[in-house]
Amino acid sequence: MPEPLLDIRALDAFYGDFQALFGVSLSIPAGSVVSFVGANGAGKSTLLKSIAGLMPDKREAIVFDGEPIGDHPAHDVARRGIALVPEGRRLFPSLSVEENLMIGGQLGRPGAWSLARIYELFPVLFERRKVPATALSGGQQQMCAIGRALMSNPRLLMCDEISLGLAPIVVRDIYTRLPQITSTGITLIIVEQDVAQALKAADHVYCLQEGRVVLEGSAGAVTREAVAAAYFGV
Amino acid sequence: MEWVNTIVQGVLTGGLYAMFAAGLALIFGVMRLVNIAHGDLIVLAAYVALVVTETLGFNPLISLICVVPIMAVVGYVLQRTILNRTLGDDLLPPLLVTFGLSVIIQNALLEIFTADSRKLNAGPIETASIEILPGVSLGILPLAQFIIAVAVIGLMQMVFYRTAMGRAFRATSDDQPVAQLMGLDNRHIFGLAMALSLAIVAIAGVLLAVRANFDPSIGPARLIFGFEAVIIGGLGSMWGTLAGGIILGVSQAIGAKLDPGWQLLAGHLVFLAILAIRPQGLFPKVQ
Amino acid sequence: MSAPAIRVVHSTRSSQVGVAGFIFLFAALAAAPYWAERSDLRLLAEIFTYVALASLWNLLAGYAGLVSVGQQAYVGLGAYILFGLAIFAGVSPLWAIPIAGFASAIVAIPVAVLIFRLRGHYFAIGTWVVAEVFRLLAAQVGPLGGGSGISLPVPIVTAIAETRQMREFLIYWIALALLAIVLGLIVALLRSRYGLALTAIRDNETAALSNGVNVVRSKLVVYVITAAGTAMVGALIFLQKLRISPDTAFSINDWTAFVIFIVVIGGVGRLEGPIIGTIVFFLLRETLADLGAIYLLMLGVVAIAVMLKAPNGLWGFVADRYGWELFPLARRVEPRKE
Repeated sequence: MPEPLLDIRALDAFYGDFQALFGVSLSIPAGSVVSFVGANGAGKSTLLKSIAGLMPDKREAIVFDGEPIGDHPAHDVARRGIALVPEGRRLFPSLSVEENLMIGGQLGRPGAWSLARIYELFPVLFERRKVPATALSGGQQQMCAIGRALMSNPRLLMCDEISLGLAPIVVRDIYTRLPQITSTGITLIIVEQDVAQALKAADHVYCLQEGRVVLEGSAGAVTREAVAAAYFGV
Repeated sequence: MEWVNTIVQGVLTGGLYAMFAAGLALIFGVMRLVNIAHGDLIVLAAYVALVVTETLGFNPLISLICVVPIMAVVGYVLQRTILNRTLGDDLLPPLLVTFGLSVIIQNALLEIFTADSRKLNAGPIETASIEILPGVSLGILPLAQFIIAVAVIGLMQMVFYRTAMGRAFRATSDDQPVAQLMGLDNRHIFGLAMALSLAIVAIAGVLLAVRANFDPSIGPARLIFGFEAVIIGGLGSMWGTLAGGIILGVSQAIGAKLDPGWQLLAGHLVFLAILAIRPQGLFPKVQ
Repeated sequence: MSAPAIRVVHSTRSSQVGVAGFIFLFAALAAAPYWAERSDLRLLAEIFTYVALASLWNLLAGYAGLVSVGQQAYVGLGAYILFGLAIFAGVSPLWAIPIAGFASAIVAIPVAVLIFRLRGHYFAIGTWVVAEVFRLLAAQVGPLGGGSGISLPVPIVTAIAETRQMREFLIYWIALALLAIVLGLIVALLRSRYGLALTAIRDNETAALSNGVNVVRSKLVVYVITAAGTAMVGALIFLQKLRISPDTAFSINDWTAFVIFIVVIGGVGRLEGPIIGTIVFFLLRETLADLGAIYLLMLGVVAIAVMLKAPNGLWGFVADRYGWELFPLARRVEPRKE
């Protein structure tokens, strides 16, 4: 059986004295689409931040492509091919749309994704490329944030709550483009509060509750009821 | 006509002040740090130029070739070893550490070079002048310094807005953690910013050394001129800083013309007036 | 509405020890003219003035979050007001001290309005500019010696007390009294609701604002009080020196660099810090000052090292470990005994 692309082993995460993750273990095979669901405060974003290197972790807790990277800083993790689309988009206000995309490509990693290809995927970004990024609508900003992450040609792309604050039609529009991303061989992690959307988009789903994995399974096999139960801890 | 001359001299001096300010504003823009040792670093650059010209026999203006890289390296090392550790939400550490640095530099220079006034000799260019209007002559050296100052500021604008490094500066200053997600190592970025700032400081220091007498104690005054130029011009705008420097230079020149003892006071009072009437500066960049 | 069933207690066991210790120390120091040498008295008076200056700077920076590198403005202002009043208005120098404090408080108000427009680091440099302006203005005042300064005329000096010895005792006691007043005022301020507001502002300005704390007014009050205190200490310092000049009165080295050093070494934001820091400073000075520029250089290095390695200073390091406090400034809630 091939090595998983990402292997999380008994990961704990703390904000000061507050523990947000308790011994989380999971593994993500290359090329798959995995979704983490859970209520607010369940630890989904914390998990993504830990993987991305924004939180101090034990070295062996996070293994990417066979390499333990738990204690590596974020810029090193990015260099290795993990990209995060942060919660709330967090585009750089001092940069234009195009500049935001270009800085995503700062690392110069080789791959299928280039400025031209991002503009193909999200044509509206091309039209508004010279505009300050924060002047875009919510949905357009989300596209820009995804594009920015794609520019680094990651092997693993993590999307934190891309539906947050967006109208359903906009969310659906974005989700329909995800297959164009995975078709280039990128492994995808989607964190979502919208469980239906998550189950539709993902192969495999993990449900977190209060810092622990309480349910996991292939998206086809788990029922909505089981997820709801796990979600709310009833 | 004398007044025109005075104002012209003030404008040219203002260019130099704008250069003092440019390095200061760059650092503040990128990492929200005000380097209290900035003025003393300008003086340090002047002394480095002194050593280079005395040991290698160059003309001071040629010594820039050595002084700029030396100061840039000093800046990078300083940032990565000491200043990076002071950055954060708390105001006190960077302020106190750079204040301590100021004391260290001044006294180290005092110990090595004594309090004697020095000046670097750039040769005949110092006294050359051209007459642009009857009664109004421009010194070639001050004119060259002004042009260099404008060029430096223009170059900085270009770096900030048209290069990858400038993008990295702006992104890091906007949102440090997300910049890291892009693969940018903050410690390195800040080091580069300080290196760039001190490269500008190097140029300012050499120009200062050639233009007037210098000794270890004149650093703080340069810091204050730079700071006043930034505030008068408005935060966030490089060309505003140039304007601020010019206004400061002209104010000081007019003050000096009225009474030599009023030179510095005139500049400070104009600064305070701008602070009172238009605290955001004359040409602030609306973010 | 009935009285709340709790009350706020300010003292801890260590602060009770501290207060007792202070009372004893104060008594011993007040009696110093009878057991100490003349030169020791001058040294002690100098120590008192530095503890006072450092405590005031600490109040401003550590509690109100206003980091000033321009307090020398008020040291000089207070001193010049004293000289001016003594020489031209025939005011007894001893009375001139509180008047200088009051006048400086008045001056501090428009200054504050102006420089509060600057934030953070830029505020700090703004305070420096203000000090420079005061210095340059002082140099313009011919009757007070202009750029070279002036000495306090002999008749005024001798009018202070009957004998030189008495005069020196008097100045010493005033220094001690001024220190006691400054410390007492700071303790009172911090124990009051203003003090609570300040601690809130220091910890999180936005949260303090949203809880109804009038941030601007609190900062203004602290700034003005600090200015008044600094001015009185400045007046006393130059009364002791008997001579003033713009460069000495507004010296950033003497009145800011050393003060900052003291506070950083001792510990910012804690009242005990300036006391510890002053002791360390004077120990270093007595042993190393002959080294001149190297001495100052070493002070700078030590300050940076302390700031990076022990940002809470010597006292902070100790106090955090053992939970000590020498001043009754804690706030503990206890049930009210019926």
